[in-house]
Amino acid sequence: MAQIRIQNVRKEFGAFTAVRSSTFTIEDGEFFMLLGPSGCGKTTTLRMMAGLELPTSGEIFIDGEEVGMKPASQRDIAFVFQMFALYPHMNVRKNISYPLVSQGMKREEVNARVADVARILRIEHLLDKPVGGLSGGDRQRVALGRAIVRRPKAFFMDEPLGALDAEFREHMAEELRALHDRMGATTVYVTHDQLEAMQMGDKIVVMNHGVVEQFGKPQQIYDWPATKFVAQFIGSPSMNFLDFEGMIGIGGDSVELGGAKVHVPAAREGRAGRLTLGVRPEHVTFRDDAPYRGRVSAVEYLGTTQIVTLSTEHGDVKARISSGQAVREEELVGLDFDARTLSLFDAENGKVLISEGNEGVLAHG
Amino acid sequence: MAEVVLENVTKRFGATVALDDVSLTVPDGSFVVLLGPTGAGKTTTLRMVSGLDVPDSGEVYIDGRPMKGLQPAERNVAMVFQQYSLYPHLTVRQNLEFPLKSPLLKTPKAAIERKVREVAEVLQIAHKLENKATALSGGEMQRVSIGRALVRDPRIFLMDEPLSSLDAKLRADLRIELKRIQAKSGATLLYVTHDQIEAMTMATHVGVLNEGRLVQFGSPREVYEEPVSIYAATRLGQPRINVLPADLFAGAPAGAKSIGLRPEHIAQGEGEEALVKRVEHLGDQTRLHLTFKRHDLITVTDAHTPLRGGETIRIQPSRPLFFDAAGLRLV
Repeated sequence: MAQIRIQNVRKEFGAFTAVRSSTFTIEDGEFFMLLGPSGCGKTTTLRMMAGLELPTSGEIFIDGEEVGMKPASQRDIAFVFQMFALYPHMNVRKNISYPLVSQGMKREEVNARVADVARILRIEHLLDKPVGGLSGGDRQRVALGRAIVRRPKAFFMDEPLGALDAEFREHMAEELRALHDRMGATTVYVTHDQLEAMQMGDKIVVMNHGVVEQFGKPQQIYDWPATKFVAQFIGSPSMNFLDFEGMIGIGGDSVELGGAKVHVPAAREGRAGRLTLGVRPEHVTFRDDAPYRGRVSAVEYLGTTQIVTLSTEHGDVKARISSGQAVREEELVGLDFDARTLSLFDAENGKVLISEGNEGVLAHG
Repeated sequence: MAEVVLENVTKRFGATVALDDVSLTVPDGSFVVLLGPTGAGKTTTLRMVSGLDVPDSGEVYIDGRPMKGLQPAERNVAMVFQQYSLYPHLTVRQNLEFPLKSPLLKTPKAAIERKVREVAEVLQIAHKLENKATALSGGEMQRVSIGRALVRDPRIFLMDEPLSSLDAKLRADLRIELKRIQAKSGATLLYVTHDQIEAMTMATHVGVLNEGRLVQFGSPREVYEEPVSIYAATRLGQPRINVLPADLFAGAPAGAKSIGLRPEHIAQGEGEEALVKRVEHLGDQTRLHLTFKRHDLITVTDAHTPLRGGETIRIQPSRPLFFDAAGLRLV
């Protein structure tokens, strides 16, 4: 198995820069997510790791060995695509054993490996069936089997669940993660679905316009986003942004928001001008005597919780509160923000200001 | 606006029973969402109301009037589909006017102008009226196609997954918008989806369909809190309700075969031990995948729980639902 290190990797397609200077490390055995909107460079990054594209500059290390300019066949990795391609004229067993047979492996060993893979994927009963009659899930399992059977150093997956419907995707996501936990192989997984990334990943890289916006554990990225882009991309509903003119100095622990004083984690850097206060919906609570006011414009029932949309002088704010709490549309309520959880962004460049709250996560860059 | 009633409607396509004796009332001014997986009969129900299909037996009434023999155009219903179909060579205004300019209606010019303006404002596309339809974003196009239904003042709006081809952010915005439009205009809406979030957040009434049968009809809260069967219970709630053998915990009533526990209805700290298999940090909450007496279950806990895989916790049901051998709820 393998550690993968990406160092200052850049990729240009003619005048278009798909990836600008990415640097991050994927530790051995990690389930690692490359997350971002379409066109952010995540698939290009993955394809460079796999050797399907060559970087314009920078280095890629697999287990300490620089492989940036090596073709895919020399990297000992397996790639699983969104559209799983199986050989239609072969049965399941032949599809899975094909990569081994074509390497010239002995028949006994091939059989042992296929049996092993079929057991891991729980498809032993399908081995002698033609692939034509299989369900979508079973086809995906066979495609995985073909990747696993080679025992590569790492698995690369490009939106492998993208074509499945929501219910089945959830199921396969769990299965993939469980499979990873059984095998412990380094896995790099590309997705644009933030929930999938949070749910499955040990670590996440969030990319936008070819730039790595943030890199870390899912909960850390959620709690302490490095940029407004990350804050908005991760979480549903996304983080509320309240734009205001104001200032905060080093050590300062509050800002003036529309005449109301809002406490924030103590600042480690100062800024004056256009700022954005970032508040997650679950950190907004209603308190009658809170000075910051909002008017309820929509209520969405979600079972145990409800999402309440409020109009404030700084735009819409969404709150996630218990559905046991009665809320009426048009009602005017006082809003409290949980001070320990707030982020302040420089509205000009979208970067978060370092504070007591996020310094532990962001200090290392 | 109008009340729509389906009375014992059955529809077969060859050997498949698409609708099996469905009786359903869409009250005047309500937002009824039909929820179910592919093949449950949602779209067929819409087609029965619109007149695009006719029942093999049973009757459809709009405002007390039987629809038998009436063509879609004679029923005064408006449909919005998943795929917006606008006239690409026309402007937004011309697209919106189009249904009003039908020679059947003979709408006066001033009335058309007023109606288009009104609808454009409600849908927040007033500033785009002179744009070509093709110059709009996906969300704007879908709003125009909804607008084209709105200008007509039909007796009922029939919508078939109108948001499913849009991206997540836009879908979230349009959910609120649609609900606001419906509440403001007092329109009656019959809406089909397989997305439980849409059903829960927009509906005044949810109709749960399973293999052509209407299994439950009630407010989202009723269906969520008081499901009539395991099937209905699994339709709402993410992650899904845990369904386990009833005797796994003490205190199951007589006749109970299964116990249904929503992930948030499992109390932690007391009860019997479960092994934490996996901890999923989703940001606002954390999911625990547990093994309890050789059964898998999922519960939710505090976002910043210190728990890790391999540890054990004590759990007990807090608001259990019990079901009999046929999967029906025991009360």
